Amino acid sequence: MYEFQYERPKTLAKAADTLKKRKDAKLMAGGMTLIPTLKLRLAKLSHVVDLAEMKELVGIKASKAGVVIGAMTTHGAVASSAAVKKAIPALAQLADGIGDPAVRNRGTIGGSISNNDPAADYPAGLIGLGATVVTSQRKIPADKFFIGMFETALKRGEIVKAVEFPIPKRAAYMKFPNPASRYAIVGVFVAETANGVRVAVTGAGGSVFRVPAMEAALAKKFAPEAVAGIAIPTDGLNEDIHASAEYRAHLVTIMAKRAVAAAIGG
Amino acid sequence: MTDMSIGRAVKRTEDLRFITGKGHYLDDFGRPHQLYAAFVRSPHAHAEIRKINKAKALKVPGVVAVLTGDELAGDKIGTLICGWVIKGKDGSPHKAPPHPALAVKKVRYVGDHVAVVLGETLAAAKDGAEAVDVDYKTLPAVVDTATAHKAGQPQLHAEAPNNLCYDWELGDKAKTDAAFAGAAHTVKLQFVNNRLVPNAIEPRAAIAEYDAGNGEFTLHTTSQNPHVARLVLSAFIGIAPEHKLRVIAPDVGGGFGSKIFIYPEETVALWAAKKVGRPVKWTAERSESFLSDAHGRDHVTTAELALDKEGKFLAMRVNTVANLGAYLSTFSSAIPTYLYATLLAGQYKTPVIYCDVQGVFTNTTPVDAYRGAGRPEATFVVERLVEEAAAKLKLSPDELRRRNFVQPNEFPYTTPVIHQYDCGDFPRAMREALKLADVPGFAQRKAEAKKRGKLRGLGYSSYIEACGIAPSAAVGALGGGVGLWESATVRFNPTGNVTVHVGTHAHGQSHETTYAQVVADRLGVPFESVEIVHGDTAKTPFGMGTYGSRSAAVGLSAVCKAADKIIEKGKKIAGHLLEASPHDIEFRDGKFRVVGTDKEVNIAQVAFTAYVPHNYPKDLEPGFEETAFFDPLNFSFPAGTHICEVEIDPETGTTEIVNYAAVDDFGKVINPMIVEGQVHGGIVQGVGQALLEGTVYDAEGQLESGSYMDYTMPRADNVPSFKVGTIEVPSPLNPLGVKGCGEAGAIAAPAAVMNAVHDALRAVGVDKVEMPATPHRVWSAIRKAKKKAAK
Repeated sequence: MYEFQYERPKTLAKAADTLKKRKDAKLMAGGMTLIPTLKLRLAKLSHVVDLAEMKELVGIKASKAGVVIGAMTTHGAVASSAAVKKAIPALAQLADGIGDPAVRNRGTIGGSISNNDPAADYPAGLIGLGATVVTSQRKIPADKFFIGMFETALKRGEIVKAVEFPIPKRAAYMKFPNPASRYAIVGVFVAETANGVRVAVTGAGGSVFRVPAMEAALAKKFAPEAVAGIAIPTDGLNEDIHASAEYRAHLVTIMAKRAVAAAIGG
Repeated sequence: MTDMSIGRAVKRTEDLRFITGKGHYLDDFGRPHQLYAAFVRSPHAHAEIRKINKAKALKVPGVVAVLTGDELAGDKIGTLICGWVIKGKDGSPHKAPPHPALAVKKVRYVGDHVAVVLGETLAAAKDGAEAVDVDYKTLPAVVDTATAHKAGQPQLHAEAPNNLCYDWELGDKAKTDAAFAGAAHTVKLQFVNNRLVPNAIEPRAAIAEYDAGNGEFTLHTTSQNPHVARLVLSAFIGIAPEHKLRVIAPDVGGGFGSKIFIYPEETVALWAAKKVGRPVKWTAERSESFLSDAHGRDHVTTAELALDKEGKFLAMRVNTVANLGAYLSTFSSAIPTYLYATLLAGQYKTPVIYCDVQGVFTNTTPVDAYRGAGRPEATFVVERLVEEAAAKLKLSPDELRRRNFVQPNEFPYTTPVIHQYDCGDFPRAMREALKLADVPGFAQRKAEAKKRGKLRGLGYSSYIEACGIAPSAAVGALGGGVGLWESATVRFNPTGNVTVHVGTHAHGQSHETTYAQVVADRLGVPFESVEIVHGDTAKTPFGMGTYGSRSAAVGLSAVCKAADKIIEKGKKIAGHLLEASPHDIEFRDGKFRVVGTDKEVNIAQVAFTAYVPHNYPKDLEPGFEETAFFDPLNFSFPAGTHICEVEIDPETGTTEIVNYAAVDDFGKVINPMIVEGQVHGGIVQGVGQALLEGTVYDAEGQLESGSYMDYTMPRADNVPSFKVGTIEVPSPLNPLGVKGCGEAGAIAAPAAVMNAVHDALRAVGVDKVEMPATPHRVWSAIRKAKKKAAK
């Protein structure tokens, strides 16, 4: 770890101020990616701005309109929230499958989506449910939030405050985890929402993406067999020592099929 | 018999301090004025070092020194050694090129040690290491095991043409070839035994000190064998005369073999401590462990089995290319030879066996002993062949085994590959395992799984291992540079409690508990009054340390011998006190008694008398302390049958272990709970090798699986609850009849799991999956088989 200044502001304004003034400042929202990156000397920062004191960013509010989750709410809190389990069980289940207990008790939804790791789970949940990201400056629909690998629509100094999830008719998330890291090799979130069926895939490509062919098929018939025959192209899919692009493409179909079955079953 | 006696599941003495965070692990230690060491490691697999520029590093605040291989060599510090010389087919000794602790002119693997930076703080040392400017000229690398010794490959060492360390053989080639020529059936397999990274929970560490006042060095280090470390560091590397070097290995968090060896880091720390006049501390980070702890396995093998028409084994023929990495590690040469090919008879009466092994150098981390060391590889060869033969001959796997087992009345049994098995009951262990695994119910379970679209498979592994590597003379005859006996001092203190100083070392094996059980039993003293001391060359008699499941069979035998000497001396003292001849004194349950009378004296009173000898035999020395050395007559041979049941999801390729039964013969069991724990841990490591742990180098020699993001360690949810049983066929070759249990799980499990995987996949036309059988590999194999079938 290289030396850096550590700040723990109590207001968003103060945090945003440091981010704007210091080119090499970064937010920490749990630190589950940032801390290992620092320890391995893969990042050299002037300032780490820890959001841990920002109590207003923590919490879950559920209403008929939907579920609002504060950016600094941990995965563990989402996974065990009675309100989330009731309103969107698939989201609680997604959170419960992130990393391991230590990660779930430190990592936060705001941290996860701002980092936009191509194999993270939450991006699939946000896209799949058609969520809205509330920032210190505006509201961004999830479809416009995730830009590319580790890249989001957030501007310099803009901080995620919360995520608003509409309540779907039914939904499920199926993840095929990397056996080592337990990140998603492929994760598919399927939801039947007021605005149609959405199928979001994480882990397979450079960033989370939707599968229109599957969405169309499921709109006609929300059943596993509707997607079982739909193969996605391998172009642009990730390849690494754990999975080829072909395997990932295959798993997208399998996980989508199983997610639909789970959504119906659940 | 008490609740603490041999055979009882006594709770571990060690647990309270380990569980409450009060263990003494090395990184918890510090010395006044110590410096921190950070190593500059090669980022290249193969390169010439043109120049090392220290200037920038020396300017980093807090950096005290930057030291390189030229300075190390200049101070006449020797290179690291390999303690076992293998003679090749032509009788020539293996090629052992110099292995400098800090590289000279060339680096040969990613992580190789280029320089050390000493800093006032760890951060300063690391900043300094980053600032050392090394000018490399990169060279092409050799990574692939199978082809490393073929013509035209880049060369690692001038001393080893074609990267060949040795070309070794065991067994009768002509007879083996003849048996194959006349065989009714033959089976041939080619496979990789995958390279593993040890991953002990505590990384390696060292704190080196030099006392200029008396010229003594002290090294605290994470060692499985502190006396051997001292011997090698003094006699071969030349750090200090043996009596001026003290090596202390306190609580050590797991070794699995990787902490047997003498590495560059502790060597450099000792040398540097004297050079700069301050203690030097180094603790590996996990990513350093991945690069620099000796790896395990890494074989490419072709194996054949010949059978007659009834399924009797006629001969076995094996060729293995063994990757030794960039340099020979401390015992690396012996692992794929004398610890491997000598086990190819397995539990069977195969009359002739021939094995040849090419040990090759590559631009990868050195490879050496890892839990099981050679024996998991041998078991994998034998048991995969047997299972494939059973499938080919359409015999049940247990029936084929039964037809070929060495029978209980055939011991001692001499194999065609050196060993003489002392005892065993192979059919009984398999019988018990078949029951425990509910093999009769398998067909039904398989049919039920099929309805759910899943493939079930059953795999057996009837392994044998050789533990307690011995006797010393035999080891010497095979090229080993050490004696493999063990030592113990049993010391009664005047107040009647007992301190036992042993040459073995515990790093997870629970010796403080099991040794105390044995001593308490033998001497009739309370378990709580026995203290086991190990891990410090200044406190313990010379011993060879702990590895190869040798501590119970060899170390505890020395303890028993020393305890028996105590009893003999006690009889003389008791005889004097009781006014009887020592010959008329019997010892039982802690009391010396005149035979046939109620005249008795407690051993604690005898101990007190020995230290306060006011009323004492005239010619007897005072004191109540005895030392014994034990050199066994032979190896011990734990054996058993493990049966694994898997369920494969053909859609994803995921393998789930749904049932695992193990029945082992470890001879006499001292503490069944601890033995079961050892079996569990071993099986999990074996499952790790079979399904999860893939060490991946790219073509340039970069370790792609260098962290837990990519290297899959087994976790609790990868395994079911194991069904574990034992049978006890006591070894006649040591006082307790023990055989050793530390490695059995890791030896048996890979073959059991992979036999089950192959059994399951046979239904869909797959004939081969390599370890680790990851979901991707299994899925790819199924897809390939489907495509083939479609043609």
